[in-house]
Amino acid sequence: MDKNFIERRRRDLITAAGLAAVAAVVPLFVKDVYVQNIMVLTLMYAALSQSWNILSGYCGQISLGHALYFGLGAYTTALLFTKFGVLPWFGMIAGGVLAAAIAMALGYPFFRLGGHYFAIATIVIAEIGLLLIQNWDWAGAALGIDIPVRGDSWLKFQFARSKLPYFYFALVLACVAWFVTWWLEDSKWGFWWRAVKDNPEAAESLGVVVFNSKMGAAAVSAFLVAVGGSFYAQFVSYIDPESVMGFQFSLLMALPAVLGGIGTLWGPLLGAVILIPLTELTRSYIGGSGRGVDLIVYGTLIMLIALARPEGLIGLFSRRKEAAR
Amino acid sequence: MTALLETRGVWQRFGGLVANSDVSISVGRGEIVGLIGPNGAGKSTLFNLIAGVLPPTQGSIWFDGEDVTKLPAAERCQRGVGRTFQVVKSFETMTVIDNVIVGALVRNTVMNEARRKAHEVLEFTGLAARADVRASDLVPAEKRRLEVARALATEPKLLLLDEVLTGLTPTEAQTGVALVRKVRDAGITVLMVEHVMEIVMPLVDRAIVLDLGKVLVEGKPADVVRDPKVIKAYLGDRHAQRA
Repeated sequence: MDKNFIERRRRDLITAAGLAAVAAVVPLFVKDVYVQNIMVLTLMYAALSQSWNILSGYCGQISLGHALYFGLGAYTTALLFTKFGVLPWFGMIAGGVLAAAIAMALGYPFFRLGGHYFAIATIVIAEIGLLLIQNWDWAGAALGIDIPVRGDSWLKFQFARSKLPYFYFALVLACVAWFVTWWLEDSKWGFWWRAVKDNPEAAESLGVVVFNSKMGAAAVSAFLVAVGGSFYAQFVSYIDPESVMGFQFSLLMALPAVLGGIGTLWGPLLGAVILIPLTELTRSYIGGSGRGVDLIVYGTLIMLIALARPEGLIGLFSRRKEAAR
Repeated sequence: MTALLETRGVWQRFGGLVANSDVSISVGRGEIVGLIGPNGAGKSTLFNLIAGVLPPTQGSIWFDGEDVTKLPAAERCQRGVGRTFQVVKSFETMTVIDNVIVGALVRNTVMNEARRKAHEVLEFTGLAARADVRASDLVPAEKRRLEVARALATEPKLLLLDEVLTGLTPTEAQTGVALVRKVRDAGITVLMVEHVMEIVMPLVDRAIVLDLGKVLVEGKPADVVRDPKVIKAYLGDRHAQRA
């Protein structure tokens, strides 16, 4: 029964393992630090976008405020470490749990909002979070937090000499986010989320508690994004409110999934692999960050995608497969 | 034995409009009951009240010996109320089998079991050949069938069918009628809303006619169609006198 289905699931898993293995050996040949940096960011955004995709792609609740959870992860880790000497590994978990809790607390009122109103609310909430941090003196206010780096240490998860440990951690993060999605896709939650996205009223009539489904998606999504934020804080070792909670992060989490294929297993990864190197390259060749040339580039990309292939680039693959059958 | 479903003095008001006034009906186990009436009679409202889409303004709804008036739709489904929608609400981006799995998950927590159950239901409803097609690619008659399949996958005690036979070609309607009989033979009680009398009357054990939000007549189909009050409600005074 359903050999095709089981076959496809297995093929996805094998493909992912293969890609991860290839990615793992790449830095052994590519020694250029600049390129390695781009690879770390690409993997990180793949992981973030994959996490965003759980709430916004599968469950259909478009969030444009995920920077809030990213920033929460970064700040929790940095504050716990600099103020109380708590190791980043614990800070990472704490940040994730805090973000999940806040996502659910916010979901309680906001999941009653439909469609665009929900998306607008997420933008507003993230901006409020940003303003609060900017004015919170104990947390460094607008100046941010400098994480002191004293040599390489796995315990403190900081490395001054080499990017490689960061690269491997980002790879693990991307793998975890992908695997969680793969696993949830064929679970009760995965089915509930897709049902909620397509038709909440019908879902409710089939025993799906719509509200709880959204809460579950928000918690998983926020947790993973916050872990990504914790990682980013360690990676850059200096954070300020704009650089971890700015609106651009919300966009950068959404765009890879939208470009690659929203609500699909491979979309976010595909989108990140195209978008992030492109962003970094336009930044370094055309102008520094803040000028917005990178934003123009992917604004254009998204428009092209919306016009030519609304289901995302992943559609190119499935089309061909269908034609081959 | 108590009735499977009972509404006791149910009222529903929308602002100044009274959609249901003092509706008390009951449906016994194993019956096929038709809920009929002209447009605007309050059939769909009553239907939504029974399914738990909204609570009644007044009155109570009893299912399987329990007061379910305050329970939301999802919980009523868990207790054994399955429904279809008049305007089909398929999960358009999902395949047919995935649509049905959502329903099957109510009573099967293990994915493989839910999947097996869903395949069984597709076999039962004659959709097995379309299992891997996206719901958006189905023709209207198949979408209606999918609605039924999805509801059946929740293993209901009571199946609420909202105009599943309306708007179909005569052949499609006949297969639909056969499916409803098959559902009843599987031990599921059916309450169906229809306004096309010719199709429902031969099918149902009992008919309840609603008009202007009230129960007008209730009884055997053959008696109901001859009742002057029913003819008047459907066709107006002149025809009632002629009958």
